[in-house]
Amino acid sequence: MEITLNGERRSIPAGGSLLDLIDGLALPRDAVVIERNGKIVDRADYGETLLAGSDVIELVRIVGGG
Amino acid sequence: MELNDEQIERYSRHIILEQIGAAGQEKRLSSKMLIIGAGGLGAPAGLYLAAAGVGAIGIADMDRVDLTNLQRQVIHHTTDIGKEKVQSAADKMRAINPDVNVITHRMFVNAANIRGLIRPYDFVIDGTDNFAAKFLINDACFFESKPFSHAGILRFQGQIITVVPGSTCFRCIFDAPPPPGTIPSCSQAGVLGALAGVLGSLQATEAIKYVLGIGQLLTNAVLTYDALTMQFRKIDIARNPRCRLCGKEPEIDELTDEPLPACDLRGRKTHERAANG
Repeated sequence: MEITLNGERRSIPAGGSLLDLIDGLALPRDAVVIERNGKIVDRADYGETLLAGSDVIELVRIVGGG
Repeated sequence: MELNDEQIERYSRHIILEQIGAAGQEKRLSSKMLIIGAGGLGAPAGLYLAAAGVGAIGIADMDRVDLTNLQRQVIHHTTDIGKEKVQSAADKMRAINPDVNVITHRMFVNAANIRGLIRPYDFVIDGTDNFAAKFLINDACFFESKPFSHAGILRFQGQIITVVPGSTCFRCIFDAPPPPGTIPSCSQAGVLGALAGVLGSLQATEAIKYVLGIGQLLTNAVLTYDALTMQFRKIDIARNPRCRLCGKEPEIDELTDEPLPACDLRGRKTHERAANG
């Protein structure tokens, strides 16, 4: 299954959730904000939000340097 | 404040801009801005704000200039190693523009002193290098109704958010500092020097736009920048009604210090941090 992640096409296993996606990127859920098809997804819903082919995901991870 | 001949010449490239003009320049000369952190972000922000003729610039930092700073903190020079950062930064800002009243705050900003620190200023620039300080600045600006610019940088990536009273706050987007050890600091993971220049300059741009009341501020959104792919991405984010600070049922009603700066976090569990924050 292919999704668009931060503007780039990316293959992911079918049936995965947003939580699987960020786990796969080794990111904690507190450290990211995710927009799926133009809508911000509540952090509590990452586990039950299943990705569909052609989803457009914007993922911003927190960075604390300065 | 009336501009004198030298000021008209000094600021001519700004005055000629339709959106600024002499009135905008005069407005800027009477504005007060605070930069917290004289590091990678604070350095370019301070230089541009001073050059632009911001009337008063406060600069807060506790550190001294170190050799490892110089790769990105362009307000400090090799001859400044060992000097207080606030002094080094103030020297450069005064050298660029003697019009500017630079106020140094050599202090470690914490929950007990930050509200008094920011109160006299019109706009705050968060140039700090750790999550604890970034959340503290967000919360303090909320309680004091101060607009501020948040930015963060790491490796080749940066992000920036402008927060004004009533807009999406940093906690609306990122509820709390990430669990310890999950996001490295610049000293652990590195940071591109010029990246700090990009983000710090964007922060100065927002501060100037705010005091002049021009353009659209980067509110209710986060702008990310990836230096490797040279992509800027702006993501609109509405206020979070469940935000623990500015939401409908806020849980945070006073400032607290997050336990440790990001670079020192080790082995602390999320719920312990949350209990403290």
